[in-house]
Amino acid sequence: MTAVPAVTLHNVELRHGARVIVSGLSGTFAPGSLTALVGANGSGKTTLLRALAGLHPLAAGRIDRGGLRPRDIALLAQGSHLDRAFPITCEEVVALGGSRLGPFRAVDAKRWAAARAALDRVGLAGMEHRQIQALSAGQFQRVLFARTIVQEASLILLDEPFTAVDAATTCLLLSVIRDWHAQGRTVIAVLHDLELVRRHFPRTLSLTDATGTWDVLPDRALQAA
Amino acid sequence: MLQLLLEPFTLGFMRRALAGCLALSVAAPPLGVFLVLRRMSLMSDVLQHGVLPGIAIGAIFSGLSVWAMGLGGVAAGLLVALLAGWLARRTGGREDSQLAGMYLVALAAGVALISTQHSIDLTHLLFGNVLAVDRAALLGMAGVATVTLPVLALIWRPLVLESLDPGFMAATAGRGGLAHLVFLVLVVLCVVSGFVALGTLMAVGLMMLPAIAARHWSDSLAGQVRAAVALACLASVGGLELSFYRDIPAGPAIVLTAGGLWIISLLAGRRARLWQRAMTDA
Repeated sequence: MTAVPAVTLHNVELRHGARVIVSGLSGTFAPGSLTALVGANGSGKTTLLRALAGLHPLAAGRIDRGGLRPRDIALLAQGSHLDRAFPITCEEVVALGGSRLGPFRAVDAKRWAAARAALDRVGLAGMEHRQIQALSAGQFQRVLFARTIVQEASLILLDEPFTAVDAATTCLLLSVIRDWHAQGRTVIAVLHDLELVRRHFPRTLSLTDATGTWDVLPDRALQAA
Repeated sequence: MLQLLLEPFTLGFMRRALAGCLALSVAAPPLGVFLVLRRMSLMSDVLQHGVLPGIAIGAIFSGLSVWAMGLGGVAAGLLVALLAGWLARRTGGREDSQLAGMYLVALAAGVALISTQHSIDLTHLLFGNVLAVDRAALLGMAGVATVTLPVLALIWRPLVLESLDPGFMAATAGRGGLAHLVFLVLVVLCVVSGFVALGTLMAVGLMMLPAIAARHWSDSLAGQVRAAVALACLASVGGLELSFYRDIPAGPAIVLTAGGLWIISLLAGRRARLWQRAMTDA
């Protein structure tokens, strides 16, 4: 992992087509901070996460990533975009997630070991050779977390990481997030469960209005929104 | 029995056709496996129709030179592939109706162009003619196979990653587009190289049918590729025998044999057998 810089938003404006969803958003994600991103559906949480990863253009303003390169940033998108029918094992998905190999280098023993250790960390020891199509939604999310572990990123962006995941898995994945936090990585997660946010996330950014509100959670339950 | 099986290949043109088809059987099915996995099966149809106008133009200008027709076919195939890719982006992946439209127009244009030339036999061009597999055609098939395999090996990893999780690919490496483009070029090359023996309408059969059948034999990507290659080789040999003894054009004969192997795979394959599914549904 490279040194973790602060990530700063300067008057960021984000649009979906012509619709402005975020505007005048400023603030800093301190190095090693753990932030929950909350807001109603359609408030721009996912778009902001993608913009932080450099995958969504800014309509105005800028994001200062302190020199982070794309490979220093891990984005765990919502799993639905992934082809679950693809014939590939858990271990292979995780091993392919690490730093790039280029076309010639083989996946070496070190990389396989890292993949296995990551699968072990998320409670999937013994399932390395299982095809991903044979996994439950919770197990699959664990595989994606294992892949995020081996990415060794300085900035980790998680989009609704606990959707369709049972309580035990949520608990385990939260402990992985705490690991990352303890290791000094900056973590930003889009979440809906405010109770969980209150208990585990020191900082919050609420997108209830276009400019965003830092560290004040809205009162009402957001799931209803 | 063995004598009967070997007899067709005592003839020079049958040996050339066999060598060419086997070369293609090693190179094309791995591409087919990726086309199936990426839900781009329709794309192969579009390409095989798309190359026809190019081959026709090549034939008109050169008078049936295999190289000129091949070159025209590759150019037309690449044009169609790029156009289809552009359509896919414009329509957000819901391009199937546009693709269907494109291949109808391409087929009609190809047939119209060819029918202006009385020297060209449309049936041979569409459905293949083993007698026409000369040295140039054989070199074309073998050459394409020789290029396809190492290039596929080079783009294997980004291609797997891009097929599995394009979002992740875009976020981390951002070069999935290049692997995809190279992959489409390989598909076009394989479709075009098979046209002399198999015909433009049947060339894709050797790519797609073994790939579709292979899903019933293995869970892993590598296993599916191996199974697809084995099935394609069987289909090539069996199809050429069928073509020789029943006097059927080679293209349909090989595709029918591959189709038979597909049905057998469906019924007797190691996984996703028809009756197994019927049992679990009940």
